[in-house]
Amino acid sequence: MAEGAPPVKMPAFCYHRPTTVEEAVGLLGEYGGDAKVLAGGQSLVPLLALRLSHPEHLVDIGRVAGLDAVDDGPGGFTVGAGVRHAAVERSPLTGRAAPLVAAAMPHIGHRAIRNRGTVCGSLAHADPAAELPPVALALDAELLVRSRGGERTIPAADFFLGYLSSSLDETELLTAVRFPPWPPATGWSVQEVSRRHGDYALVGLAALVGVGDGGRVERAALSFFGAGSTPVRVPEAERVLLGERPDAAAFAEAADVVTKAIDPPGDNHATAAYRAHVAGVLTRRCLAEAAQRAGAGAGGAA
Amino acid sequence: MNADRHPLSMTVNGHRVDLIVESRRTLADVLREDLGLTGTHLACEHGVCGACTVAVDGEAARSCLMLALQADGSTVQTVESLCLEGGELGPLQQAFADSHSFQCAFCAPGFLMTAHCLLADGRPLTRAEIREELSGNLCRCTGYQSIVDGMDAAVAALAKEGPGA
Repeated sequence: MAEGAPPVKMPAFCYHRPTTVEEAVGLLGEYGGDAKVLAGGQSLVPLLALRLSHPEHLVDIGRVAGLDAVDDGPGGFTVGAGVRHAAVERSPLTGRAAPLVAAAMPHIGHRAIRNRGTVCGSLAHADPAAELPPVALALDAELLVRSRGGERTIPAADFFLGYLSSSLDETELLTAVRFPPWPPATGWSVQEVSRRHGDYALVGLAALVGVGDGGRVERAALSFFGAGSTPVRVPEAERVLLGERPDAAAFAEAADVVTKAIDPPGDNHATAAYRAHVAGVLTRRCLAEAAQRAGAGAGGAA
Repeated sequence: MNADRHPLSMTVNGHRVDLIVESRRTLADVLREDLGLTGTHLACEHGVCGACTVAVDGEAARSCLMLALQADGSTVQTVESLCLEGGELGPLQQAFADSHSFQCAFCAPGFLMTAHCLLADGRPLTRAEIREELSGNLCRCTGYQSIVDGMDAAVAALAKEGPGA
């Protein structure tokens, strides 16, 4: 090997390591579409290694102060852009303040990935097969965004636009995600079907069921991953559940609606028809688990 | 073209190192090529196989999925740190060797470092938990039974001797 010229795989870029949010958004404002934000790197570095992404500038936010909070305040459960999956997984706050987020954690990659990857990085990457985007969508999370021009809040419903594409402008930095306060008597479930544990799911579901005083469903969210170019809610199936008793008959009806309504991709891992079938099966399984937790959790979640 | 280079200071296997590295190089590249620590193996180089797993600040991380510069200020341990003075196998390596865990052993450094970080917790692990925790590392030879056996033996040895092995 020639001295001073070791082999490399990634395209060349200019590396920046800001220490404040102002400095970071200043760099993004200056370089815009030529820059990429590096947080944990567990999604971006493979894209660089495969040369699917070739930014001219890389803005490493790993040393930016003030992005490391995991907070449960009156506004909800907030996770800063520097917080790694493993920290959220370990925090005792997560299970109390956002049990759906806690339930998603073990499904994300493997431990070594969770030790480095960040919650906000996963959201900003907007991979429709990843677990956290549908969780954010199911919970009506808010994404807190900063740019040189100021701050704005993007509802999860407006955030995911397409495959690896979000409404985050190229000059903006996602600084935190806020999950609203957990509603009472609400159960949760995250389940997926994948070829191997830790692989991306063929199809997965993050589900919520809220049960009212009369024992009837007051709130339902069915948020799928691996089922389209974005995470997808199926509102027609959610509506089927409202006002019903949370029982097997209602879940089967919702599952039926899901299978007919969603339009998942087919590829060499699974056909579209198989994915639609699995989505129905997951609907029944998740609703049963969530409904049970909604009943059992009346005291537990409070 | 001028390469984009930056200073990097880290502690690797107990030794402080100060380097100037090109920003696009991974931690794995720097460990292997600049520091000669070729025990860390590279296979898929995009975070799927786990062969390049090292400990960064005590936690398992894939050294192919980190820019070297992201490790600035960190403490890194590679598989070379597991053996005893004089090059004898350390207890974790011995447990795997006694169980004939590996065949070609290309994947061994990744499994060993994943296991090392896991055992540092000091908590007992069931076989099901071992399988779950090792599921991020791929082996193309063994079918994994012998590797789970090795980890089981290491957990049992640790329970007998206490942490710190």
